Amino acid sequence: MALLDVKDLNVRFETPEGEIHAVNGVSFALEKGEALGIVGESGSGKSQLSFSILGLLAANGKASGSVEFEGREILNLSERELNKIRADRIAMVFQDPMTALNPYMRISDQMAEVLMLHKGLSKRDAVAEAAHMLDLVKIPDAKNRVRLFPHEFSGGMRQRVMIAMALLCKPDVLIADEPTTALDVTVQAQIMDLLGELRRELGMATVLITHDLGVVAGFCERAIVMYGGQVMEQSPVDPLFANPTHPYTRGLLGALPRLDAGNAMTPIRGNPPNMTGAPKGCPFCPRCDFAEEICAQDMPALTQFSEGRARACHRSIETIEEAAA
Amino acid sequence: MIVYILKRLAIAIPTLLTLIIASFVLMHVAPGGPFTAERAVPPEVLANLNAKYGLDQPLWRQIATYLWNVVAHFDFGPSFTYKDRSVNDIIAQGFPVTLTYGFLSFITAVLVGVSLGVTAAIKRNSWLDYLAVGISIGAQVLPNFVMAPILVLIFTLSLHWLPGGGWSFDDPRFWIMPVIALSTSYMASIARITRSSMLETLSSNHIRTARAKGLPKRKIILRHALKPALLPVISYLGPAFVSMITGSVIVDVYFTTGGIGKSFVDSALNRDYAVMMGITILLGTLTILFNLVVDIIYGWIDPKIRY
Repeated sequence: MALLDVKDLNVRFETPEGEIHAVNGVSFALEKGEALGIVGESGSGKSQLSFSILGLLAANGKASGSVEFEGREILNLSERELNKIRADRIAMVFQDPMTALNPYMRISDQMAEVLMLHKGLSKRDAVAEAAHMLDLVKIPDAKNRVRLFPHEFSGGMRQRVMIAMALLCKPDVLIADEPTTALDVTVQAQIMDLLGELRRELGMATVLITHDLGVVAGFCERAIVMYGGQVMEQSPVDPLFANPTHPYTRGLLGALPRLDAGNAMTPIRGNPPNMTGAPKGCPFCPRCDFAEEICAQDMPALTQFSEGRARACHRSIETIEEAAA
Repeated sequence: MIVYILKRLAIAIPTLLTLIIASFVLMHVAPGGPFTAERAVPPEVLANLNAKYGLDQPLWRQIATYLWNVVAHFDFGPSFTYKDRSVNDIIAQGFPVTLTYGFLSFITAVLVGVSLGVTAAIKRNSWLDYLAVGISIGAQVLPNFVMAPILVLIFTLSLHWLPGGGWSFDDPRFWIMPVIALSTSYMASIARITRSSMLETLSSNHIRTARAKGLPKRKIILRHALKPALLPVISYLGPAFVSMITGSVIVDVYFTTGGIGKSFVDSALNRDYAVMMGITILLGTLTILFNLVVDIIYGWIDPKIRY
C-alpha cells in the first residue's frame, strides 16, 4: 500500500468568469521515503493540487476524487480531523517565505505553537525544540535568533525557518511547493541540498512541486509532468530526462539552456491554456508540433508503456522519436 | 521610544501654535462680532464693550495677549456671551459629561463594531454576514438626529424606561440613549473596516501557513489574523476617539446633556471668540495626542515599525 495514494483528483474554482478547472483527474502514488517531483509551468495546477491534499484550497475551491493517506480517505475530511494530520503527519513548505510566515509573531512563537498543539509540549520545551530544529537547518546562532521576527531574516534564512517549522513534528510526508522559487540561485542550491539531507536523515517521503527541471533531476526519484491541470507523463527521473516520450516534456527539456548542445535552446511556442470551463481534448494540443485532429477532440488516457513509465499522448513514441532524429 | 515620544510632543508645540493663530485670525476675519445684534447698540456702549474685552487692540496684540494668558496662567479668558462665566468654567463643566458618554460610546462602538466585522468576515456570505452587513449599513445611513428622537419616542414616551433628557453622573439611565445615538454610526464604520480588512488578512499567505499547522479556526483568528486585521481599524480609531469624547451637538441638544458639543456650536453662532478658541485648542490637543497614541499602538503591534 502506498503511503499517499491520489486517485482521479479534480480541483475546481467558482469565479465570476466561470468555473476554473485547475486540476483534472490527476492520480499518483507516493511510497514511504520516496521523493516525487511534480513539474509544470505556472498555472499547470500543481500548487492547487498540493493545497487540495491538505484541504487548504481557497474558499471558492472544491476538490473531488480520492486522496488516501495510509489507506484512509482524507480528501474533504472535516477540519477537525484534518487538523490532526496537518503538520503532524503531512507538512508543507510554501513558495514565498517572505509572506508565508506571520510577520507579527516571533519565530519562537510560530514554531512553538506547532509542538504545543500536536505534541503537547510546554512552551519552554517547545521553544527549545524549535531552536534545535533551526540549528538542524543550519541557521547560525539559532538559540538567540529563534526569538527574532521574520523580517529580521533574509529570504534564504526565512525559507530555512519555513522548512524547520514544517519538520518540527517529523512528518511522514513533506510537500514542498516551489521552495526555492523566490530565492536567488546560490541560495536555491543550499536549500535543495538541505532538503535532501533532511529527507535522508528523517526518512520522510517528499513531494517536490517545481517548474525547475534541474531541481527535479537532482532531487527526485520519480517525476510527474503536469500541463493544464492534467498529467502528461509520469516516469522515473533518469529515463524521463534521457528519453522524454511526451511532446510537452520534450518541449520543456528543449527550453532548458544546456552547456553541451551549443545554443540550441528552443522555447515552446504559444501560451499556457485558459483553464475556464471543462477541458476538451489534450490541453497541450494548440502548442504541440505533433498535434492531429483527434488531439483537439479527446484527452488521451494516461497509459503505461514500460515499467513505471506512463504517458498521455495520441501520437506514438516512434513518431516523436523519429522527429528528434 | 521615549525619545520618539518626546520628539513628537515637541513637534506638537508649533502645530498647536499654528492652529491657535490660524483659528484666531479666521475668527476675526469673518464678518460680524460677539456684540453684533439685530438691535443696534449705541456706539459708546459698543466701544466700551470692545475695550473691556480688548477687541480695540490690533490683532497681533490680541493674539499675543491671548497666548500669554493661555501659556502663563492656563487662562482661556472670559466668555463673551455669558458674563460671569470663564471658558475654563464652561469646559470644566461640560467636558466631563462629553468625556463620559463619549468614552462609553467609544467602548461600545469598538466592541460591537469589531465583533460584527469579524463575525461577518469569518462567516462570509452566510446569513450572519448579511445580517452584520445589513446592521452596519442601516446604522450608517440612519443619521443620529433621526435616531435621537426615535429613541426618545420608544424608550421615554412609550416604554417610560429612560429619562428623555438631562444628565447625572450617578444614574446610568441617563447615559444609555446618548451612547446609542453617538456610537451607532462609528460602530457601523468600524464594522465595515474590520470586515474588509479581516477578509483580506484571511486570504493572505501566512494564514494558509497557520491552517497547514493544523491550528483550530478560533486560534487562527485570535493569534494570527486579528492583529493585522485591526491595523486599519486602529488608524481610524484615533480621530474617531477624539470626536467622540468631545461630544456631539446632536446628542447635547436632543438629550440636554450639557456637554461641550453644544457649547462649541453655540459659541460659533454667538461669535463667542473665547469659548470657540478654548474648545478648538482642546480638540487640537486631543487630536495630536491620540494620533501619537495610534502610532505607539502601531509600533507595538507591528514589529517592523521601530521608533
